[in-house]
Amino acid sequence: MSGPSSSRSAAPAKRETFSTRRLFILSAIGSAVGLGNIWRFPYIAYDNGGGAFLIPYLVALLTAGIPLLFLDYAVGHKFRGSAPLAYRRLHRVAEPLGWWQVLVCFVIAAYYAVIIAWSLMYTIFSFTEAWGDDAEGYFFGTFLNVAEAPGIGFNFVPSVFFPLLLIWTAVIIIMVAGIRKGISRANSVLLPLLVVMFLLLVVQSLFLPGAAEGLNAFFTPDWAALADPSVWAAAYGHIFFSLSVGYGIMVTYSSYLKRRTDLTGSGMVVAFSNSGFEILAGIGVFAALGFMAQAAGTGVNDVVTQGIGLAFVAFPTIVSQAPFGAVMGVLFFGSLVFAGVTSLISVLEVIVAAVQDKLGWARIKASIVVSGLVAAVSLALFPTATGLYLLDTSDAFVNSFGITLGALVTVVVLAWFLRKLPLLSAHLNRISTIKMRRAWMVLVAGVVPLALIYMVSSEFISKISTTYEGYPEWFVGLFGWGMAGGLVVLALVLTFIPWSGRSKAHHDPEYQSMVDEESEETAR
Amino acid sequence: MTPIAITMMIIAILTVWGGLALALLNLKRHPEDEGALPEEHAPEL
Repeated sequence: MSGPSSSRSAAPAKRETFSTRRLFILSAIGSAVGLGNIWRFPYIAYDNGGGAFLIPYLVALLTAGIPLLFLDYAVGHKFRGSAPLAYRRLHRVAEPLGWWQVLVCFVIAAYYAVIIAWSLMYTIFSFTEAWGDDAEGYFFGTFLNVAEAPGIGFNFVPSVFFPLLLIWTAVIIIMVAGIRKGISRANSVLLPLLVVMFLLLVVQSLFLPGAAEGLNAFFTPDWAALADPSVWAAAYGHIFFSLSVGYGIMVTYSSYLKRRTDLTGSGMVVAFSNSGFEILAGIGVFAALGFMAQAAGTGVNDVVTQGIGLAFVAFPTIVSQAPFGAVMGVLFFGSLVFAGVTSLISVLEVIVAAVQDKLGWARIKASIVVSGLVAAVSLALFPTATGLYLLDTSDAFVNSFGITLGALVTVVVLAWFLRKLPLLSAHLNRISTIKMRRAWMVLVAGVVPLALIYMVSSEFISKISTTYEGYPEWFVGLFGWGMAGGLVVLALVLTFIPWSGRSKAHHDPEYQSMVDEESEETAR
Repeated sequence: MTPIAITMMIIAILTVWGGLALALLNLKRHPEDEGALPEEHAPEL
């Protein structure tokens, strides 16, 4: 290498790596398995054909989910950087894509932590059954103290603020400790714990009276659903959110992999573990809902719900009614906490890594400043009486016009404008056991963008035709549309801020030697 | 449980967890290539 930077006496610190492939796989599964696997998948499957949903689900997994996962792996591993640096090394014009993903992660991390804090409190409430006989009234009224109308206020709710502070403290400690001592270690403890706890929950649910009815509702196929395009769209949409692809997480994690790692072989394990956990969640959740329906003397279709309603209204009711309900509550809410934390740290790592790369900061400084900043925003905006409205709006808009639209733009730019798929495919094949040939490129350049276009446009139509949830227009305009648009503008601004002189973008002998080595290998 | 629900449950478990088993088996057959890690290179390379 030539240039003034090569004359520096001290070489920059080496990029940290996952010490083994196993730890990377555990961390990637920890990231992919999140709240959505537990509280979203069971409902989506039930609502879109029950047992018949398996077909569109597997098709979506194989034709879009896994190919996109490999795309993220290839970019992160080949260009060995945080999302902005990796995309910049791919091509200068692609850098804003990386910043867009970083900003999406900022928004997600700020509200995602809040749900973990609620789950933490509900783990304790499982013993006290604080909700009495009105789980819904308790959650929205007493616990969250939700205001009458959306807005922005600083009417703090201490029972959310303090657990949130605790979650952020724990997460910041993990982030500061780095890839090996923090993220790897947290995942290698929390993920097995999550699996064991969730298995116990499933077993307990299966022994409840009415469980069989719940499973009937979940698995009975409605074959007619297969002819409905919206069912296929639901499958692609779910797979896409479930695997945490397209917003920088897998790019960042794979940049910490050692050079000769089997990317596609590892990715298959990650993708199928994520789906395996979802099937397990479907069984556990529907067995419990079957019990709830029987106890209430209604059909399963009357109690079925997802998201916040499932976790904080239906499950508390089940905990109150089931034998050993407290155990069940601890297993369920504890699972939410662990699944949430392992995903939250992966979302934060996208931002930490980007700041480290851009400013040339050391790990400790970058992780404290970044996590501290996200924590401050999270603590200031969400544990308030109006926090739930903000959470709901930012979640809906960042999913549609941050993650989905961002992934669409990324795929189109990489596949159609920069035409980098052959290069990335060659990288995947060079070191991996499952070879990706033309089929992968066809899927990434064809099927994936088509599915994403359908998702983005249907979201756009539904959100523009009526104001989201009937919230005030200024509120949705500012925190929905305004936030989503602001991320794009800010991504461009961040691109134009020059990379620090100490940044690895200018001087990275480790990366350079790999590039040289690989080009030698190709020449041979 | 009804027979059709049981059948679909078994198919779901077999395909997804079977897929996981195959993926794990494939990985196991190709152990990590410890010999070619970047740490092994001399600094002057």
